[in-house]
Amino acid sequence: MSLLDYLRRKKKPTASVAKERLQIILAREHAGRHEPDYLPALKQELLDVVSKYVKVDLADVKVNLDREGDCEILELNISLPEEERKLMANAD
Amino acid sequence: MAKVIVVTSGKGGVGKTTSSASFATGLAMRGNKTVVIDFDVGLRNLDLIMGCERRVVYDFVNVLNNEASLKQALIKDKRCDNLYILPASQTRDKEALTQDGVERILNELKEDFDYIICDSPAGIEKGALMALYFADEALVVTNPEVSSVRDSDRILGILAAKSKRAIEGVEPIKEHLIITRYMPKRVEMGEMLSVDDVRELLSIPLLGVVPESESVLSASNAGVPVIHDEASRSGQAYSDLVSRFMGEELPMRFLNVEKTGLLKRIFGT
Repeated sequence: MSLLDYLRRKKKPTASVAKERLQIILAREHAGRHEPDYLPALKQELLDVVSKYVKVDLADVKVNLDREGDCEILELNISLPEEERKLMANAD
Repeated sequence: MAKVIVVTSGKGGVGKTTSSASFATGLAMRGNKTVVIDFDVGLRNLDLIMGCERRVVYDFVNVLNNEASLKQALIKDKRCDNLYILPASQTRDKEALTQDGVERILNELKEDFDYIICDSPAGIEKGALMALYFADEALVVTNPEVSSVRDSDRILGILAAKSKRAIEGVEPIKEHLIITRYMPKRVEMGEMLSVDDVRELLSIPLLGVVPESESVLSASNAGVPVIHDEASRSGQAYSDLVSRFMGEELPMRFLNVEKTGLLKRIFGT
Protein backbone atom coordinates (compact mmCIF):
# COMPACT_ATOMS: atom_id res chain seq x y z
CA MET A 1 0.00 0.00 0.00
CA SER A 2 1.47 3.31 -1.02
CA LEU A 3 1.56 6.34 1.21
CA LEU A 4 -1.02 7.98 -1.00
CA ASP A 5 -3.41 5.08 -0.53
CA TYR A 6 -2.87 5.27 3.19
CA LEU A 7 -3.73 8.95 3.27
CA ARG A 8 -6.77 8.46 1.09
CA ARG A 9 -8.02 5.57 3.18
CA LYS A 10 -11.26 6.39 4.87
CA LYS A 11 -13.41 4.26 7.09
CA LYS A 12 -16.20 2.79 5.00
CA PRO A 13 -19.67 3.83 6.01
CA THR A 14 -20.92 0.43 7.14
CA ALA A 15 -24.22 1.48 8.71
CA SER A 16 -26.05 1.21 5.39
CA VAL A 17 -24.69 -2.31 4.93
CA ALA A 18 -25.95 -3.21 8.41
CA LYS A 19 -29.38 -1.83 7.64
CA GLU A 20 -29.67 -3.66 4.37
CA ARG A 21 -28.59 -6.97 5.90
CA LEU A 22 -31.05 -6.54 8.73
CA GLN A 23 -33.90 -5.71 6.37
CA ILE A 24 -33.32 -8.93 4.49
CA ILE A 25 -32.89 -11.23 7.47
CA LEU A 26 -35.81 -9.73 9.42
CA ALA A 27 -38.11 -10.12 6.42
CA ARG A 28 -37.09 -13.74 6.12
CA GLU A 29 -37.56 -14.37 9.83
CA HIS A 30 -40.96 -12.74 9.81
CA ALA A 31 -42.05 -15.03 7.00
CA GLY A 32 -41.14 -18.03 9.13
CA ARG A 33 -42.80 -16.63 12.23
CA HIS A 34 -46.23 -18.05 11.48
CA GLU A 35 -44.98 -21.48 10.59
CA PRO A 36 -46.11 -24.05 13.11
CA ASP A 37 -43.34 -25.58 15.24
CA TYR A 38 -43.86 -29.05 13.81
CA LEU A 39 -43.04 -28.09 10.22
CA PRO A 40 -39.30 -28.90 10.29
CA ALA A 41 -40.00 -32.29 11.94
CA LEU A 42 -42.73 -33.02 9.43
CA LYS A 43 -40.33 -32.22 6.63
CA GLN A 44 -37.69 -34.55 8.02
CA GLU A 45 -40.12 -37.45 8.50
CA LEU A 46 -41.52 -37.02 5.01
CA LEU A 47 -38.00 -37.09 3.69
CA ASP A 48 -37.31 -40.32 5.60
CA VAL A 49 -40.34 -41.99 4.09
CA VAL A 50 -39.65 -40.79 0.56
CA SER A 51 -35.99 -41.74 0.69
CA LYS A 52 -36.99 -45.35 1.37
CA TYR A 53 -38.05 -45.43 -2.27
CA VAL A 54 -36.14 -42.67 -4.04
CA LYS A 55 -32.99 -40.78 -3.33
CA VAL A 56 -33.92 -37.24 -2.44
CA ASP A 57 -32.24 -34.48 -0.56
CA LEU A 58 -33.77 -32.33 2.17
CA ALA A 59 -33.46 -29.40 -0.22
CA ASP A 60 -35.74 -31.20 -2.70
CA VAL A 61 -38.59 -31.25 -0.22
CA LYS A 62 -40.58 -28.04 -0.10
CA VAL A 63 -43.26 -27.73 2.53
CA ASN A 64 -45.38 -24.61 2.45
CA LEU A 65 -48.20 -23.56 4.66
CA ASP A 66 -50.53 -21.02 3.12
CA ARG A 67 -53.54 -19.38 4.56
CA GLU A 68 -56.58 -18.49 2.50
CA GLY A 69 -59.29 -17.05 4.66
CA ASP A 70 -60.14 -19.63 7.29
CA CYS A 71 -58.52 -22.37 5.27
CA GLU A 72 -54.95 -23.53 5.75
CA ILE A 73 -53.28 -25.26 2.86
CA LEU A 74 -50.31 -27.52 3.38
CA GLU A 75 -48.46 -27.68 0.14
CA LEU A 76 -45.97 -30.46 -0.40
CA ASN A 77 -43.53 -30.44 -3.25
CA ILE A 78 -40.90 -33.11 -3.74
CA SER A 79 -38.78 -32.86 -6.84
CA LEU A 80 -37.54 -36.28 -7.85
CA PRO A 81 -34.09 -36.58 -9.36
CA GLU A 82 -33.91 -37.06 -13.13
CA GLU A 83 -32.69 -40.70 -13.06
CA GLU A 84 -35.28 -41.81 -10.59
CA ARG A 85 -37.97 -40.43 -12.78
CA LYS A 86 -36.66 -42.39 -15.76
CA LEU A 87 -36.47 -45.55 -13.70
CA MET A 88 -40.01 -45.09 -12.53
CA ALA A 89 -41.19 -44.51 -16.09
CA ASN A 90 -39.54 -47.75 -17.18
CA ALA A 91 -41.15 -49.64 -14.37
CA ASP A 92 -44.60 -48.63 -15.59
CA MET B 1 -55.04 -0.46 38.18
CA ALA B 2 -51.42 -1.51 38.48
CA LYS B 3 -49.45 -1.86 35.29
CA VAL B 4 -46.94 -4.62 34.66
CA ILE B 5 -44.04 -3.48 32.47
CA VAL B 6 -41.34 -5.82 31.20
CA VAL B 7 -37.89 -4.50 30.30
CA THR B 8 -36.56 -6.87 27.68
CA SER B 9 -34.15 -7.15 24.74
CA GLY B 10 -33.24 -10.71 23.89
CA LYS B 11 -29.55 -9.89 23.72
CA GLY B 12 -27.50 -9.50 26.88
CA GLY B 13 -25.46 -6.49 27.87
CA VAL B 14 -27.55 -3.89 26.05
CA GLY B 15 -28.72 -2.10 29.20
CA LYS B 16 -31.83 -3.87 30.49
CA THR B 17 -30.91 -3.69 34.16
CA THR B 18 -29.55 -0.15 33.85
CA SER B 19 -32.79 0.85 32.14
CA SER B 20 -34.99 -1.01 34.63
CA ALA B 21 -33.25 0.67 37.57
CA SER B 22 -33.50 4.17 36.12
CA PHE B 23 -37.00 3.74 34.73
CA ALA B 24 -38.35 2.42 38.04
CA THR B 25 -36.57 5.19 39.94
CA GLY B 26 -37.97 7.81 37.56
CA LEU B 27 -41.53 6.53 38.01
CA ALA B 28 -41.10 6.54 41.79
CA MET B 29 -39.64 10.06 41.78
CA ARG B 30 -42.79 11.19 40.00
CA GLY B 31 -44.88 9.89 42.88
CA ASN B 32 -45.85 6.45 41.59
CA LYS B 33 -45.58 3.55 43.94
CA THR B 34 -43.20 1.29 42.03
CA VAL B 35 -41.62 -2.11 42.51
CA VAL B 36 -38.86 -3.50 40.32
CA ILE B 37 -38.40 -7.28 40.15
CA ASP B 38 -35.22 -9.04 39.06
CA PHE B 39 -36.20 -12.10 36.97
CA ASP B 40 -32.62 -13.16 36.35
CA VAL B 41 -32.60 -16.13 38.72
CA GLY B 42 -29.05 -17.33 39.29
CA LEU B 43 -27.44 -14.16 37.95
CA ARG B 44 -28.92 -11.41 40.05
CA ASN B 45 -27.56 -7.95 39.40
CA LEU B 46 -30.36 -5.47 39.85
CA ASP B 47 -29.50 -5.28 43.57
CA LEU B 48 -25.98 -4.11 42.68
CA ILE B 49 -27.18 -1.50 40.19
CA MET B 50 -29.71 -0.23 42.76
CA GLY B 51 -27.07 -0.29 45.50
CA CYS B 52 -28.99 -2.56 47.89
CA GLU B 53 -26.95 -5.76 47.54
CA ARG B 54 -26.06 -5.88 51.23
CA ARG B 55 -29.65 -5.62 52.34
CA VAL B 56 -30.89 -8.71 50.51
CA VAL B 57 -32.27 -11.23 52.99
CA TYR B 58 -35.06 -13.00 51.14
CA ASP B 59 -35.62 -13.15 47.40
CA PHE B 60 -38.20 -13.72 44.68
CA VAL B 61 -37.88 -17.53 44.84
CA ASN B 62 -38.27 -17.53 48.64
CA VAL B 63 -41.59 -15.75 48.17
CA LEU B 64 -42.61 -18.13 45.35
CA ASN B 65 -41.93 -21.10 47.63
CA ASN B 66 -43.70 -19.50 50.60
CA GLU B 67 -40.47 -19.41 52.58
CA ALA B 68 -40.89 -15.69 53.14
CA SER B 69 -43.65 -13.13 52.76
CA LEU B 70 -43.53 -10.41 50.13
CA LYS B 71 -43.21 -7.87 52.91
CA GLN B 72 -40.09 -9.61 54.17
CA ALA B 73 -38.49 -9.86 50.74
CA LEU B 74 -39.18 -6.35 49.39
CA ILE B 75 -36.30 -3.95 49.90
CA LYS B 76 -37.17 -0.30 50.28
CA ASP B 77 -34.96 1.98 48.19
CA LYS B 78 -32.68 4.28 50.21
CA ARG B 79 -33.22 7.28 47.97
CA CYS B 80 -36.83 7.05 46.87
CA ASP B 81 -39.83 6.73 49.11
CA ASN B 82 -42.08 5.02 46.61
CA LEU B 83 -39.60 2.49 45.32
CA TYR B 84 -39.13 -1.17 46.28
CA ILE B 85 -36.86 -3.88 44.91
CA LEU B 86 -37.57 -7.60 44.77
CA PRO B 87 -34.22 -9.31 44.18
CA ALA B 88 -33.74 -12.55 42.25
CA SER B 89 -32.43 -15.65 43.89
CA GLN B 90 -28.73 -16.19 43.38
CA THR B 91 -28.64 -19.88 44.26
CA ARG B 92 -31.73 -21.50 42.77
CA ASP B 93 -32.25 -22.38 39.16
CA LYS B 94 -34.64 -20.82 36.68
CA GLU B 95 -37.12 -23.67 36.96
CA ALA B 96 -38.20 -22.22 40.30
CA LEU B 97 -40.18 -19.60 38.35
CA THR B 98 -43.57 -21.18 37.78
CA GLN B 99 -46.35 -19.43 35.94
CA ASP B 100 -48.81 -19.83 38.80
CA GLY B 101 -46.27 -18.67 41.36
CA VAL B 102 -45.30 -15.57 39.38
CA GLU B 103 -48.96 -14.74 38.81
CA ARG B 104 -49.74 -15.03 42.51
CA ILE B 105 -46.91 -12.64 43.44
CA LEU B 106 -47.82 -10.14 40.70
CA ASN B 107 -51.45 -10.15 41.84
CA GLU B 108 -50.39 -9.52 45.40
CA LEU B 109 -48.12 -6.65 44.28
CA LYS B 110 -50.89 -5.16 42.14
CA GLU B 111 -52.88 -4.42 45.30
CA ASP B 112 -50.18 -2.09 46.61
CA PHE B 113 -48.31 -0.71 43.63
CA ASP B 114 -48.98 1.48 40.61
CA TYR B 115 -46.18 0.04 38.50
CA ILE B 116 -44.50 -3.35 38.53
CA ILE B 117 -41.28 -3.37 36.49
CA CYS B 118 -40.00 -6.79 35.45
CA ASP B 119 -36.29 -6.78 34.65
CA SER B 120 -35.92 -9.67 32.20
CA PRO B 121 -32.84 -11.84 31.87
CA ALA B 122 -31.21 -12.12 28.43
CA GLY B 123 -32.23 -14.91 26.10
CA ILE B 124 -35.61 -16.47 25.44
CA GLU B 125 -35.58 -19.14 28.13
CA LYS B 126 -37.90 -19.62 31.05
CA GLY B 127 -36.82 -16.55 33.04
CA ALA B 128 -37.28 -14.24 30.07
CA LEU B 129 -40.61 -15.82 29.15
CA MET B 130 -41.90 -15.49 32.72
CA ALA B 131 -40.79 -11.86 32.86
CA LEU B 132 -42.81 -10.96 29.76
CA TYR B 133 -45.76 -13.35 30.13
CA PHE B 134 -47.95 -11.14 32.33
CA ALA B 135 -46.84 -7.79 30.88
CA ASP B 136 -49.22 -5.00 29.92
CA GLU B 137 -46.45 -2.94 28.35
CA ALA B 138 -42.90 -3.67 27.21
CA LEU B 139 -39.76 -1.58 27.04
CA VAL B 140 -37.57 -3.09 24.33
CA VAL B 141 -33.97 -2.05 24.92
CA THR B 142 -31.87 -2.05 21.75
CA ASN B 143 -28.35 -1.01 20.81
CA PRO B 144 -27.81 0.38 17.29
CA GLU B 145 -26.01 -2.79 16.26
CA VAL B 146 -27.02 -5.77 14.10
CA SER B 147 -27.26 -8.55 16.68
CA SER B 148 -29.15 -6.42 19.16
CA VAL B 149 -31.68 -5.27 16.53
CA ARG B 150 -32.27 -8.81 15.34
CA ASP B 151 -32.73 -10.12 18.88
CA SER B 152 -35.13 -7.29 19.70
CA ASP B 153 -37.14 -8.20 16.64
CA ARG B 154 -37.25 -11.79 17.85
CA ILE B 155 -38.45 -10.66 21.28
CA LEU B 156 -41.18 -8.58 19.62
CA GLY B 157 -42.30 -11.75 17.87
CA ILE B 158 -42.43 -13.58 21.21
CA LEU B 159 -44.38 -10.74 22.86
CA ALA B 160 -46.89 -11.00 20.04
CA ALA B 161 -47.20 -14.78 20.24
CA LYS B 162 -46.36 -16.13 23.68
CA SER B 163 -47.49 -13.51 26.19
CA LYS B 164 -50.67 -13.95 28.19
CA ARG B 165 -52.30 -11.09 26.29
CA ALA B 166 -51.44 -12.74 22.98
CA ILE B 167 -52.66 -16.17 24.04
CA GLU B 168 -55.93 -14.81 25.44
CA GLY B 169 -56.42 -12.66 22.36
CA VAL B 170 -57.00 -9.45 24.32
CA GLU B 171 -55.49 -6.06 23.56
CA PRO B 172 -51.80 -6.67 22.73
CA ILE B 173 -48.86 -5.56 24.87
CA LYS B 174 -48.00 -1.91 24.29
CA GLU B 175 -44.43 -1.78 23.03
CA HIS B 176 -41.89 1.00 23.51
CA LEU B 177 -38.44 1.23 21.98
CA ILE B 178 -35.47 2.44 24.00
CA ILE B 179 -32.24 2.85 22.06
CA THR B 180 -29.20 2.81 24.34
CA ARG B 181 -25.44 3.34 23.87
CA TYR B 182 -26.15 5.73 21.00
CA MET B 183 -23.16 7.51 19.49
CA PRO B 184 -24.23 10.47 17.32
CA LYS B 185 -20.69 11.00 16.07
CA ARG B 186 -20.42 7.50 14.63
CA VAL B 187 -23.94 7.78 13.19
CA GLU B 188 -22.92 10.99 11.44
CA MET B 189 -19.93 9.20 9.93
CA GLY B 190 -22.17 6.41 8.69
CA GLU B 191 -20.60 3.86 10.99
CA MET B 192 -23.58 3.24 13.21
CA LEU B 193 -27.28 2.59 12.59
CA SER B 194 -29.25 5.77 13.19
CA VAL B 195 -32.32 6.18 15.39
CA ASP B 196 -34.45 6.28 12.25
CA ASP B 197 -32.84 3.09 10.91
CA VAL B 198 -33.58 1.15 14.11
CA ARG B 199 -37.06 2.57 14.31
CA GLU B 200 -37.79 1.61 10.73
CA LEU B 201 -36.41 -1.90 11.20
CA LEU B 202 -38.35 -2.65 14.39
CA SER B 203 -41.36 -0.42 13.64
CA ILE B 204 -42.46 0.25 17.20
CA PRO B 205 -42.85 3.70 18.80
CA LEU B 206 -39.68 5.24 20.19
CA LEU B 207 -39.74 6.16 23.88
CA GLY B 208 -36.21 7.46 24.20
CA VAL B 209 -32.59 7.45 23.14
CA VAL B 210 -29.86 7.13 25.74
CA PRO B 211 -26.45 8.28 24.52
CA GLU B 212 -23.30 6.30 25.26
CA SER B 213 -21.92 7.94 28.34
CA GLU B 214 -19.25 7.40 30.94
CA SER B 215 -21.70 8.22 33.67
CA VAL B 216 -23.49 4.86 33.23
CA LEU B 217 -20.39 2.98 34.39
CA SER B 218 -19.77 5.43 37.22
CA ALA B 219 -23.36 5.02 38.31
CA SER B 220 -23.17 1.25 38.37
CA ASN B 221 -19.82 1.42 40.16
CA ALA B 222 -21.50 3.44 42.88
CA GLY B 223 -24.80 1.54 42.92
CA VAL B 224 -26.85 4.64 42.17
CA PRO B 225 -29.23 4.47 39.18
CA VAL B 226 -27.90 6.86 36.54
CA ILE B 227 -31.15 8.84 36.47
CA HIS B 228 -30.03 10.36 39.80
CA ASP B 229 -27.03 11.87 37.98
CA GLU B 230 -28.96 14.87 36.74
CA ALA B 231 -25.91 16.48 35.19
CA SER B 232 -25.21 13.53 32.92
CA ARG B 233 -26.66 13.15 29.45
CA SER B 234 -27.78 9.59 30.06
CA GLY B 235 -29.42 10.59 33.35
CA GLN B 236 -31.33 13.32 31.53
CA ALA B 237 -32.24 10.95 28.71
CA TYR B 238 -33.77 8.49 31.20
CA SER B 239 -35.60 11.30 32.95
CA ASP B 240 -37.01 12.44 29.60
CA LEU B 241 -38.19 9.00 28.64
CA VAL B 242 -39.96 8.50 31.96
CA SER B 243 -41.75 11.82 31.43
CA ARG B 244 -42.73 10.71 27.94
CA PHE B 245 -44.02 7.45 29.35
CA MET B 246 -46.17 9.47 31.77
CA GLY B 247 -47.64 11.31 28.80
CA GLU B 248 -45.54 14.44 28.53
CA GLU B 249 -44.48 15.49 25.07
CA LEU B 250 -40.76 16.11 24.99
CA PRO B 251 -38.46 16.39 21.97
CA MET B 252 -35.70 13.76 21.63
CA ARG B 253 -32.35 15.02 22.84
CA PHE B 254 -28.74 13.89 22.32
CA LEU B 255 -29.35 12.74 18.75
CA ASN B 256 -26.76 15.04 17.23
CA VAL B 257 -23.08 15.62 17.75
CA GLU B 258 -22.61 18.11 20.54
CA LYS B 259 -20.76 21.23 19.53
CA THR B 260 -18.26 21.73 22.28
CA GLY B 261 -17.11 25.26 22.82
CA LEU B 262 -13.59 26.15 23.87
CA LEU B 263 -14.60 26.89 27.47
CA LYS B 264 -16.42 23.59 27.76
CA ARG B 265 -13.43 21.79 26.36
CA ILE B 266 -11.21 23.33 28.99
CA PHE B 267 -13.46 23.09 32.00
CA GLY B 268 -15.55 20.05 31.04
CA THR B 269 -19.23 19.70 31.80
